[in-house]
Amino acid sequence: MTPLMSDYALEVINLKKAFGGLSVIQDVSLAIRPGERRLIIGPNGAGKTTLFNQISGDMRPNSGQIKLFGTDVTQFAPYTRAHFGLSRTYQIITLFSDDTLEHNVTLGLLGLRPSRWQMWRPLSFYGDLATEAHRVLDAVGLLHLAEHPVSDIAYGERRRVELAMALAQKPRVLLLDEPLAGLSNTERSTVKSLIASIPRQTTVIMIEHDMDTALDLAETVTLLNYGRVIVDGDRDAVIADERTREVYLGV
Amino acid sequence: MKWIASALLVISLFLLPSFAGDFYINLASQILIAAIFALSLNLLVGYGGMTSLGHASYLGVAAYISALLTSRYGFGHGPAAVISIAGTTAMAAFFGVIALRATGLGFLMITLALSQVLWGLAYRMSNVTNGDNGIAGLTRPMPFGISLDSAASFYWFALVVASFAYLMMAIFVSSSFGSSLKGVRDQPRRMAALGFNPWMIRWITFIYAGFWGGVSGLLYVYYNKYIHPTSLSTTSSAEALLGVIAGGSGTLGGPVVGAALVLLLKNYASAYIERWNMLLGLVFLFIVLVMPTGIVPGLSRLATGLRRGSR
Repeated sequence: MTPLMSDYALEVINLKKAFGGLSVIQDVSLAIRPGERRLIIGPNGAGKTTLFNQISGDMRPNSGQIKLFGTDVTQFAPYTRAHFGLSRTYQIITLFSDDTLEHNVTLGLLGLRPSRWQMWRPLSFYGDLATEAHRVLDAVGLLHLAEHPVSDIAYGERRRVELAMALAQKPRVLLLDEPLAGLSNTERSTVKSLIASIPRQTTVIMIEHDMDTALDLAETVTLLNYGRVIVDGDRDAVIADERTREVYLGV
Repeated sequence: MKWIASALLVISLFLLPSFAGDFYINLASQILIAAIFALSLNLLVGYGGMTSLGHASYLGVAAYISALLTSRYGFGHGPAAVISIAGTTAMAAFFGVIALRATGLGFLMITLALSQVLWGLAYRMSNVTNGDNGIAGLTRPMPFGISLDSAASFYWFALVVASFAYLMMAIFVSSSFGSSLKGVRDQPRRMAALGFNPWMIRWITFIYAGFWGGVSGLLYVYYNKYIHPTSLSTTSSAEALLGVIAGGSGTLGGPVVGAALVLLLKNYASAYIERWNMLLGLVFLFIVLVMPTGIVPGLSRLATGLRRGSR
């Protein structure tokens, strides 16, 4: 049976994006089912992060459509998409470095709550925010650092705060942009099990270069090159594909 | 130590009228007014990362509206105050829409341009504003029938308003909205991805800052019983901005200290040197070199350093 439109968590339809004369996304279409674990691979400059930036709304495509659960969000601002259940992390760590870990995660929680507009009460009035922030930090193993500013903690720990901020939002679709970048082997396995433990209500789409780790987490794989989808499908089929070897594995 | 300092400040604020002469009481009133103004500017500069060089617009327009309504159109002080604050806040909402099309330097230039337009209007529309002569012969309001004509009574009035303003702005920056604002200042892109609307957060802050700028303008015109286009000039905007930066932007104490410093320098230095602006410049240069983040953060860092050293 062909699935209905709304059977997809995320659809990208004929997306095109050019910076001046440089075509970064030439024509990309993706369809990702709820709960799916999708890995997006491709050499540097393939357009992976640009694709993410358009899905999250940081950039507008030149043409094409993006749909979240059947709703066309192409013209929606990033914050509206967040309220549709979309969260993301950044390849370059983007945290509030002077603030504590707890405050960073709290901002993630606050972003989806109406109380973010509240001006007449101290933030500390909302005790449930702190409780929830601590729970999320505990889940990523950073509870003991909750009161420390981000500038105090190690790089690998910051990667986990990135993840915690997104996970705090209990997203329906989560975009992870190189969550393992720059991590040591131990840290990598910590983050790997963290990602593996994300509940199935969340669709996970991940860009990652570390194939050894990332392939274990993926069910389906999309290979991008020069802004086009080269191969797309089940993990094992994509790995076995001749074109994947040509483009990415360099064999 | 912070508590002791605050307690000393509160006590001296309360006891001031009982030992100081009229000159000092008036100076203190002026400092209170300038502090409200600087605090409101600090919401934009320090907490919002929006450096405005046109904040005098709100002070000046509120003052002019009140002056015109009471002196020319026979309004009582109560309705005039309400209309003046409402008008100034509405103007901030409108100016915000224009200025927030840009950030950073663009924002600064737009706020500067808008305030220059108002300054020019105040000068040139002399049939309304009385131009360079300003509007004189104004009166002070009589809240609950109490005359504010003596230095001490006006000081109490200014102290009540300033304390309330300080409290409201302190709550504002520590609220969840305040956290949203600081987040948008530091990482606007991330904040948008988390579900915050950066433009709306900046705009609301802009309006709120305009509101308190208007309140300080009312006090200003009550105190001086006179209003002149200079109040709208870039110099008044820049003075307040210098005060905020010198005192420590993004702190609650900083703008108060900075505003006090500017006024004290103005009052004392101008008695001895004609070019007191030069002295002001040198003092600011010194502060920025020694304490780049401002007096209040600089001193508190020094205090923590000393405490650690003595341990």
